[in-house]
Amino acid sequence: MRNSSGFRTWRRRLTDRLATVTALAAAVAVVAPLLAIFAYLVYRGVGAINWAFLTQTPKPVGEVGGGMSNAIVGSALILAVASAIGIPLGIASGIYLAEHGGSRITRYVRFTADVLNGVPSIVIGIAVYGLVVLQQKHFSAFSGGVALGIMMIPTITRTTEEMLLMVPASVREAALGLGIPHWRASLSVVLRTAASGVITGVMLAFARVAGETAPLLFTAFGSQYWNFKLDQPTAALPLQIYVYAISPFEEWHRQAWAGALILIILIVISVGAVRFVTSRGMMKGTS
Amino acid sequence: MDGPDAVSPSPSAELVSLKSAWRRRARDLRPSRWGDVIFSGTTLLCSLSVLAIVGLVLFELVVRSKLSIAQFGWQFFIGRDWDPVSGEFGALPFIYGTLVSSAVALVIAVPLSVGVAVFINEMCPRVLRGALSFLVELLATIPSVIYGLWAIFVLAPLLRNTLQPWLAKYFGWSGLFTGPPFGIGMLAAGVILAIMVIPIIASITREVITAVPQSQREAVLALGSTRWEMVRMGVLRNARAGILGGIILGLGRALGETMAVTMVIGNTPQIAASLFAPGYTMASVIANEFSEATGNLYLSALIEIGLALFIITVVVNVIARLLVWTVTRGVPAGAHAQ
Repeated sequence: MRNSSGFRTWRRRLTDRLATVTALAAAVAVVAPLLAIFAYLVYRGVGAINWAFLTQTPKPVGEVGGGMSNAIVGSALILAVASAIGIPLGIASGIYLAEHGGSRITRYVRFTADVLNGVPSIVIGIAVYGLVVLQQKHFSAFSGGVALGIMMIPTITRTTEEMLLMVPASVREAALGLGIPHWRASLSVVLRTAASGVITGVMLAFARVAGETAPLLFTAFGSQYWNFKLDQPTAALPLQIYVYAISPFEEWHRQAWAGALILIILIVISVGAVRFVTSRGMMKGTS
Repeated sequence: MDGPDAVSPSPSAELVSLKSAWRRRARDLRPSRWGDVIFSGTTLLCSLSVLAIVGLVLFELVVRSKLSIAQFGWQFFIGRDWDPVSGEFGALPFIYGTLVSSAVALVIAVPLSVGVAVFINEMCPRVLRGALSFLVELLATIPSVIYGLWAIFVLAPLLRNTLQPWLAKYFGWSGLFTGPPFGIGMLAAGVILAIMVIPIIASITREVITAVPQSQREAVLALGSTRWEMVRMGVLRNARAGILGGIILGLGRALGETMAVTMVIGNTPQIAASLFAPGYTMASVIANEFSEATGNLYLSALIEIGLALFIITVVVNVIARLLVWTVTRGVPAGAHAQ
């Protein structure tokens, strides 16, 4: 009796140890690819980034050199359009959701925003192709911006709503007690109090769409030349990386790595900025 | 005459003028209603734009796939041949590829993400917790195209030279690991998808196991359990519906993921039992052929694949959200079952 219960305890302890080791192994297995990807990006990318890469347009196949400057500018153009569409719409609808909490419309909107968040980006691309590209009769930077802007909306809406709901009701009441109109209280007091959280949502949405490729395939389409016009096909950094990565040319592979490193730096900076802003915001909130 | 004025039988003219002056002053001080009406109207319109966008996407997909729907009907989804030249469009190889690559991804990702979530929340030393959860979140911010790039040049050669020969040697009898190891193929797509969905499943799992009340853990520990028994009986059992929701959410992401898969799956419309063989997914065929599709029927068939993908992912997401809600809102499902 005694022996068997001792054995059981021993076995339970062993199982406990094994479970801990397994969970630790899972953590290592999850972090390892991340480190491998970053290490390889830096290893292949750093050597490939040079002045020409940042200032020149792509060279024809077979020639060494050239760069992705037009793709960087194109990405900036597309992301500017996306932000102009996604940020105001997202924040405004987030404000509506936060201020009219329990109504039926808000429940539908909240649910639909979650659904939109799960719709594959390539499907958004098809829809924008039909809605914008076919109407304009050609590929354009604008249509790429519309696709990415649509993808920004759900993230910004939901984070804005969450952040506004965290602002204590007393803050709003104090503002209203001073006799300012409701809308001024919402914008100048509640939204400003929640600003750092709202900016977090915006930056996360931005970082997410900055690397999107699939919806640009048949909206912005890509280009080998400079373009500063919204109604013309435009190169974009992720598109250029894709095209170069699947090409059979060593020189293009090199440039794909350089482009990927620049893209990831852009994204890590915006996510890192978010963490910096939010950690400061949280300190302000608790003190 | 009405209101308070009517009550007093003979108000002096002075008092009346004083009262109306008061009223005017009160009206001037009260904020204008118009600002509020305009503000809530504008924000309402922006909110409704979310509904409008989803409606427009669905409308656009349905209208533009009409031709293909009318031509093929349900046959479209069981046809095995995809031959744009002769006008034959069957989507089965793509549906198969999508399902199999996502299944491979989940088989790899589920134990790893639940493991890492349990480790971070229940076992990890406090100092490491923040850094580890940041690293896992960072996985979610890497763009699909960079995963694809890495998969082409690092993962595929790795699979070809080490993992695939090993699998063929020891598990070749299962039929899943036969044929020449190219590196590129269904297995590579599944592995890269697994890495991409891990942060989603892990973050939802962490969210739901955080929502399990502390008292549940304490109750199990008080019975003399080890830490693992506490996690298994007190935490995972209470959170299982939410974890399932997270897994389904990850599935939704895997089904619609495009670039990384397109870059390593091999893009061959065939149905092969071996995971070493190249395949094709619904999202990849759209990515590869959409801008080069000639003829209305071809384009319409591609858009119908997009419509199917849209409907599948919406259904999957709705199920997942409902499951997560059952845990994070109110009593966890089956908390008192045993």
